[in-house]
Amino acid sequence: MAKVNVYVTLKPALLDAQGKVVQGALENLGFDSIESVRMGKFIEIEVNGGNGTLEQDVDEMCRKLLANPNIENYRYEIVKDGE
Amino acid sequence: MKFGVVIFPGSNCDQDAFCAVRDVLGQPVEYIWHQSTDVSGFDCIVLPGGFSYGDYLRTGAVARFSPVMNAVQDFADNGGRLIGICNGFQILCEAHLLPGALIDNNGLRFICKHVNLRVENNNTDFTNLCSEGQVLSIPIAHHGGNYYADADTLKKIEDNNQVILRYCDSAGKVTPEANPNGSLNNIAGIINDRGNVAGMMPHPERAVESILGSEDGTLILQSIVERLMA
Repeated sequence: MAKVNVYVTLKPALLDAQGKVVQGALENLGFDSIESVRMGKFIEIEVNGGNGTLEQDVDEMCRKLLANPNIENYRYEIVKDGE
Repeated sequence: MKFGVVIFPGSNCDQDAFCAVRDVLGQPVEYIWHQSTDVSGFDCIVLPGGFSYGDYLRTGAVARFSPVMNAVQDFADNGGRLIGICNGFQILCEAHLLPGALIDNNGLRFICKHVNLRVENNNTDFTNLCSEGQVLSIPIAHHGGNYYADADTLKKIEDNNQVILRYCDSAGKVTPEANPNGSLNNIAGIINDRGNVAGMMPHPERAVESILGSEDGTLILQSIVERLMA
């Protein structure tokens, strides 16, 4: 069993409207030293069996579905492997 | 000639599109279920608006992998006319059948209203009954209609005259105030480089009878018939 954490974020060139709103709300709460807030997605995947292609597979999952390369960046970490 | 309207789980403009084709254009039309793997016999396929797969992950991201989309891809590769409206446009971008992407409106609000659109290119399968620069009144209804493409892609589609519709004011001026959602260059609709695939956020099928407030959408849909009959 392996566990994979995938993080998907909007590319820096894009305006992150949600991040801006959250930033405004945090500033309203008095946190006045905030430079910026950007929001993204966190996806947890559990994978059965290890056939040695996990990293390739996860990369393909990200490219094909989990992230849209036109607008998003992704990164992932395999946190639990081969137990 | 026969139209097909694809139904994804969560499509909600399929019946509007179906009725516009059948009752206003007077053309044969059938629904195509998202599990279908065969779209032979159709001359034009419509991907309708709605919230396919609940807009989960990203709008259109899951519908793009519906079984029917392989057949739709082949249909487009073979030159079939394909138009995506609203969620259909989002699906076509996710499927790389059209360049760019649609992200959340910059105001983060769902916007439902009539907008003015300037016809930028009337020499297409989807706008040939319009005059260049004509201002159309067609409604939008979306939360994620903010068109984005990287600088190179944007330049390419602009240079190639692939932008067919732009948000404008009632006089046809393309202004920041007339841009409802933050779309780059006020882009509301585009075609692919081959010219047989179109995507637009406004809903032409909701503007096909005067009782709906505008008949301008008919010009878009009838243009397809005009080109296929030619």
